[in-house]
Amino acid sequence: MIHFVLLISRQGKVRLTKWYSPYSQKERTKVIRELSGVILTRGPKLCNFVEWRGYKVVYKRYASLYFCMCIDQEDNELEILEIIHHFVEILDRYFGSVCELDLIFNFHKAYYILDELLIAGELQESSKKTVARLIAAQDSLVETAKEQANSISNIIAQATK
Amino acid sequence: MNPFSSGTRLRDMIRAIRACKTAAEERAVVRKECAAIRASVSENDQDYRHRNLAKLMFIHMLGYPTHFGQMECLKLIASAGFPEKRIGYLGLMLLLDERQEVLMLVTNSLKQDLNHSNQYIVGLALCALGNICSAEMARDLAPEVERLLQFRDPNIRKKAALCSIRIIKKVPDLAENFINPAATLLKEKHHGVLITGVQLCTDLCKVSPEALEYFRKKCTDGLVKVLKDVVNSPYAPEYDIAGITDPFLHIKLLKLLRVLGQGDADASDCMNDILAQVATKTESNKNAGNAILYECVETIMSIEDNSGLRVLAINILGRFLSNRDNNIRYVALNMLMKAITVDAQAVQRHRATILECVKDSDASIRKRALELVYLLVNDSNVKPLTKELIDYLEVSDQDFKGDLTAKICSIVEKFSPEKIWYIDQMLKVLSEAGNFVKDEVWHALIVVISNASDLHGYTVRSLYRAFQTSVEQESLVRVTVWCIGEYGDMLVNNVGMLDKEEPITVTESDAVDVIEIAIKHHKSDLTTRAMAFIALLKLSCRFPTCSQRIRDIIFPYKGNLVLELQQRSIEFNSIIEKHQNIRSALVERMPVLDEATYSGRRAGSLPATVSTSNGASLNLPNGVAKPTAAPLVDLLDLTSDDAPAPSSSGGDFLQDLLGVDLSPASSQTGTSAASKTGTDVLLDLLSIGTPSPVQSSSSTADILSSIQDNKTSVATLERLSSPSSHSAQASSPAGASPVMDLLDGFTPNLAMPVYPSVVAFESSSLKIMFNFSKPPGNPQTTLIQANFINMSPHVYTDFIFQAAVPKFLQLHLDPASSNTLPASDNGSITQSLRVTNSQHGKVSELHFFIIYTFFPVLILGFMT
Repeated sequence: MIHFVLLISRQGKVRLTKWYSPYSQKERTKVIRELSGVILTRGPKLCNFVEWRGYKVVYKRYASLYFCMCIDQEDNELEILEIIHHFVEILDRYFGSVCELDLIFNFHKAYYILDELLIAGELQESSKKTVARLIAAQDSLVETAKEQANSISNIIAQATK
Repeated sequence: MNPFSSGTRLRDMIRAIRACKTAAEERAVVRKECAAIRASVSENDQDYRHRNLAKLMFIHMLGYPTHFGQMECLKLIASAGFPEKRIGYLGLMLLLDERQEVLMLVTNSLKQDLNHSNQYIVGLALCALGNICSAEMARDLAPEVERLLQFRDPNIRKKAALCSIRIIKKVPDLAENFINPAATLLKEKHHGVLITGVQLCTDLCKVSPEALEYFRKKCTDGLVKVLKDVVNSPYAPEYDIAGITDPFLHIKLLKLLRVLGQGDADASDCMNDILAQVATKTESNKNAGNAILYECVETIMSIEDNSGLRVLAINILGRFLSNRDNNIRYVALNMLMKAITVDAQAVQRHRATILECVKDSDASIRKRALELVYLLVNDSNVKPLTKELIDYLEVSDQDFKGDLTAKICSIVEKFSPEKIWYIDQMLKVLSEAGNFVKDEVWHALIVVISNASDLHGYTVRSLYRAFQTSVEQESLVRVTVWCIGEYGDMLVNNVGMLDKEEPITVTESDAVDVIEIAIKHHKSDLTTRAMAFIALLKLSCRFPTCSQRIRDIIFPYKGNLVLELQQRSIEFNSIIEKHQNIRSALVERMPVLDEATYSGRRAGSLPATVSTSNGASLNLPNGVAKPTAAPLVDLLDLTSDDAPAPSSSGGDFLQDLLGVDLSPASSQTGTSAASKTGTDVLLDLLSIGTPSPVQSSSSTADILSSIQDNKTSVATLERLSSPSSHSAQASSPAGASPVMDLLDGFTPNLAMPVYPSVVAFESSSLKIMFNFSKPPGNPQTTLIQANFINMSPHVYTDFIFQAAVPKFLQLHLDPASSNTLPASDNGSITQSLRVTNSQHGKVSELHFFIIYTFFPVLILGFMT
């Protein structure tokens, strides 16, 4: 199972964290500091796995962002690499060639996508299209609700004029 | 409306934070935002709750505290609209975790949302439950989730399946409720549901043997068929990754088959064909294919024996191992570690490649490879493998040396065919990476050296040579110093030359040079220096011609700021100067250290350690190096009459006091300046039992040395040699520590009916007189009348006298006549002590200490 997902920029800034195992706030900060120290300093040609506190951290760099997932010793590291890539492709499709700024200003959207991809530290969907469809449906629900709210406030505004 | 809360939009806040140039600026912006959000929270502002929570999540991600937003999440979740719920659940998962009490409050909202008519809201609730539910929530909401496993929309079914995984992990008792619904999921066509269903079954098998049995019987064939279908499926653009249809599903299925096949021949048999197909047909030029092959190999290795398949699997690993991609090599090494239990021979074939991986530039690969090599070592290949590893030690990275050294040492210890090889290899490691060697390792080396009596000469000469080049390596220096101390004469006289050795000429002063370098080298720490002192003491006896020079080396340390060195310097100096006659007995060679005891001790059966020692160096095999003073004090107290033992610290002081029966003769004075008084105490105390109370120091020494034959000196050294033997001796019937043994000789004198009064303690500030009497008819009891006289010009207030005795004594302390002691011999305090000796005839001693304020002085003395 995946214990947590981290997105860290090359400067060590945290862009997304998702914890599937309980870590206290203090532990989280410590984990992030420790891991960014290890991962950001590794050379480009080295393997994508780091052994850490009896777990393995699988990471992959996309442009200026490191996607990291922490898994158990006996899990399949190559599969996790594939999951990371899967996630990145979905993000890319959603934002249209995603960049770090998209993930900063629309961090909540990145979380929504991740929630359609992973639950309880396990993969829930292998089809990019399905994920995109589900996200789009929920986004449109939000849009409709907003429009309704706007039109209601317009009506109220009109009425009270 | 609150003037603050109208504030910035989320986007503007993120911009403002990003524009900050320093951490302080960022903190200021965040503080301002947090204040605004707090104000808004306390006003129960509904319009901006949504935006505030989004901001809080961003702030949380930056690592600032956001606990005040937790209730906002609950309010949002409880509101009716989808947008509010969406952000509310996101905040819940981000800001809270399962251990927070607040989470319980959300159970009801979750329950309602799980039954909501909008499937997306059901989805949100399932997702939150799956990510952060606690055991209580799992129990409360399990029926809802179970029902949702049959929901009409597959996207809800898959979420419910993963949510069930979390539930059964939190509450394994609930597993049986999920077995049947999980089995139905395996018949689905929707990949999302299949993947999650298979995963749920895998986790059910882990927590419930019942589930494992059920799936094994009912589902194995079906799963094999599903795998067959997906392997042979035509191109499916929706699931295609690098030409493979849904590698994720492949992997999940292989994983579940592994669980089902493990330990069950029928199930394993059933999946042979499909495994063979996956292993042979999967393309290995892309990561996705390799991920499947990797999983397949692991399944083949785990299920019941099928040699054909295993050959296939080992071949795949061989191919992986020679891959240029580091990731593939890493997983190959990982898998070979598992394969080694199945087919060690096949793994041995890759030894050369694996050894190459130990030298890889990638730390992760090196670590894996090293662990694998460690498993590969056996009696037949230990020599070449060790040679390779030691050769590599020279060029390896600094941060890898620690691991590498530990493994080499462990290999050498475990597989060494003969002692000389062991010693040779260890010397190489020590000279290459002595600073990385753990203490137990060089302790073990010393034990081995001490047991290899025919190699003493060879070892000490090799160490002498190694020392010349590797003086930086601390543990090499220690072993060298120890060996030269013990076997220095063999170094000089070339005793026990082996054929392969080159002759070497070492003079006595060369040997002393080595020790002197070790003492003076800037990298040497206290332990090394202390060991070097002992070595010098031993050499001073073995090389009489160097005796003066050794004194010159030791002597300057009598003013050293490190108490341990200062003490040793003073003690050894006096031994060299004044006690020629007992010196040779004192510094005899250490008795052979018992390998069995030692290895037993390393295995963790270390007996409770003696309270007199302070931590760090407890398990030194060689007590000579023991930085704590106590055992040495024992030795010196009885051999030299003018070697006071200043206490090393307040902590020890008390420890020593408490451990009276363990270090019976330790004399401690509060400050080293007071050492002279300590001497007096010793002198007085030693003379109590002798017929003439006034005695010259030399005669005391003579008496002592005449009693002390070789045997006792060895015994004393043994006592020194380790804390454990120390305690063992103390508890043995013969029991008593050497001091008692030695002084037992005096007991007849003690039985004299008239007891002289004794000056128990005297310094420029305080004098204590003891008067003894025995009540008639009760020979076991001794009455002591203590008389305290203040010699200083100051009044002592709060004067307290305390005493401690060994266990076989009972001490009764009557109240003192006063607690104020007038200055300048102007009166005295008297206090009586009654000591009852349950083992009459045994010599006892009394430890006492005095606390008097004015000067915060503690004095500890003892008497017999």
